[in-house]
Amino acid sequence: MDLSIYYSLFNGGDVMSNHNTSHGSLKQYIIGFILSIILTIVPYYLVTNQILTEGPLLFAIFGFAIVQLLVQVVFFLHLGTSKDQLWNTLAFVFTLITVAILVAGSIWIMYNLQHNMMPTMSM
Amino acid sequence: MQAVSHAHDHHDEIDSKVTFGFWVYLMSDCLLFASIFAVYAVMHTHVYGGVSGKDIFEMPYVLVETFLLLISSFTYGLAMLALHKGCQKQVLIWLAVTFALGVGFLCMEVNEFHNLIAEGHGPQQSAFLSSFFTLVGTHGLHVLCGLIWMVILFIQVLVHGISGGKIKTKLTCLSMFWHFLDIIWILVFTIVYLMGVM
Repeated sequence: MDLSIYYSLFNGGDVMSNHNTSHGSLKQYIIGFILSIILTIVPYYLVTNQILTEGPLLFAIFGFAIVQLLVQVVFFLHLGTSKDQLWNTLAFVFTLITVAILVAGSIWIMYNLQHNMMPTMSM
Repeated sequence: MQAVSHAHDHHDEIDSKVTFGFWVYLMSDCLLFASIFAVYAVMHTHVYGGVSGKDIFEMPYVLVETFLLLISSFTYGLAMLALHKGCQKQVLIWLAVTFALGVGFLCMEVNEFHNLIAEGHGPQQSAFLSSFFTLVGTHGLHVLCGLIWMVILFIQVLVHGISGGKIKTKLTCLSMFWHFLDIIWILVFTIVYLMGVM
């Protein structure tokens, strides 16, 4: 049994990935690492070389950040839908919803506040 | 997180309650960062006639910082693999490499802060700079805590070995913390730096 685990660790971790364990396999870490590097360099290149116009560029770098976030959560933190990960994933999803409300709500409120205050501010 | 699998019974000692509790802490830390991100999002245009992100961010420098943290996240993963293989020496080596990369990141960040303050762009200059220093500084403070924790665990692994269940739980918690900080930095990199120089 031990030997098979060691073997799988060096050869892509088939035993490990089948059971979706929390510490993952070498293959998972390498895939996650390579994807993270790509997902960092591409938006960096897009921004520093001003390839896109502002709207699409904003959309693109946000897209890359969200994909990168998911890649790291799956490949480094090994969050998944397996039974022993269910509560962690639930807590994570709940947090994402709270964060979205918090950030979007703050920006919305403050934008409106500033917008409505502007005439008096500029006097 | 729960590392229980019938494929490898000898890993069962990792305390799943502790790691789940730590996960919940990380999620609450997420909310802390979300609040500071929200403040930054609201304040980043309020430069009070001073410098904006475009004027002060040096992107190649920040890219190097990002890579240091990204690589350190990967090397910590290698330490965890070594832990589950039962190889103490490799755990120590990868922890040391991760620590060195983390220190490199922190030094670069402190240097960046020092240069900004020296050039007169300290946190007291504008709402933008206040929120920038708060956000990036809070992340840096977390990295510092992670590094101190890493030294402590390094010594524990060195002295007591890695056969006990407790040390596995501790190293698992730190791995979650370290990967989490990497994820937060990706958001800082995107929202503060990339969007700042657009």
